[in-house]
Amino acid sequence: MIRKIAVQPEDFDTGAELAALSANAGGVASFIGVVRGDAGDRALAALRLEHYPGMTEKALRQMAATAETRWKLSGCTIIHRIGRLTPGQNIVLVATASRHRADALAATAYLIDQLKTKAPFWKAEECADGTVHWVDARESDEAAAKAWL
Amino acid sequence: MRILYFAWLREKIGHGEEIFTPPASVTTPRQLIACLRQRGGFYAAAFTNEALIRCAIGQEFQPLDTPLGTAEEIAFFPPVTGG
Repeated sequence: MIRKIAVQPEDFDTGAELAALSANAGGVASFIGVVRGDAGDRALAALRLEHYPGMTEKALRQMAATAETRWKLSGCTIIHRIGRLTPGQNIVLVATASRHRADALAATAYLIDQLKTKAPFWKAEECADGTVHWVDARESDEAAAKAWL
Repeated sequence: MRILYFAWLREKIGHGEEIFTPPASVTTPRQLIACLRQRGGFYAAAFTNEALIRCAIGQEFQPLDTPLGTAEEIAFFPPVTGG
């Protein structure tokens, strides 16, 4: 079982991360979150990501452990960036590996849904006009996470 | 106990961490919020809308009415928005 959890300002190498998971797997599924170029109707200059050091890693490890119990996985990688990220940059990578596709596809969807509502990260949008706004939580994210219960 | 604040709560209060020994009558995060709000100023402003406040006790998400017990670290923050 491969498990990698990281919270870091640096970018990740998607190819290298997926290659690391593919050893002894039948398939690898992944989700990559990327900074959008807009905040609704305004142009976005950057996203600022803050987290709760210690609790974040603990929450991500718990999610990975639950996914490993629920699906037959051979590997699980979660990398979440923090700090100031500009449009087009990677925010998060969730990837899982399994013998057959159904497990990896479901586990990856589960993990990103859980991460959105159960990991202590907060985003602020830095707009091109100089204003900064904290992003509000979305009810649809909460509903998506609960649908797995 | 160590109290941590994140995101706009930290910005409104003006710092991210403090050490505070609440009175013995404070036994839940909700009561701790009420106690902090009584300081007025930035605290009263930050804790105006309790519906927007979430908390973690010992780095685990907990409802605001959870007993604090012997918790050494409690954090207040808005709903999370990662991913």
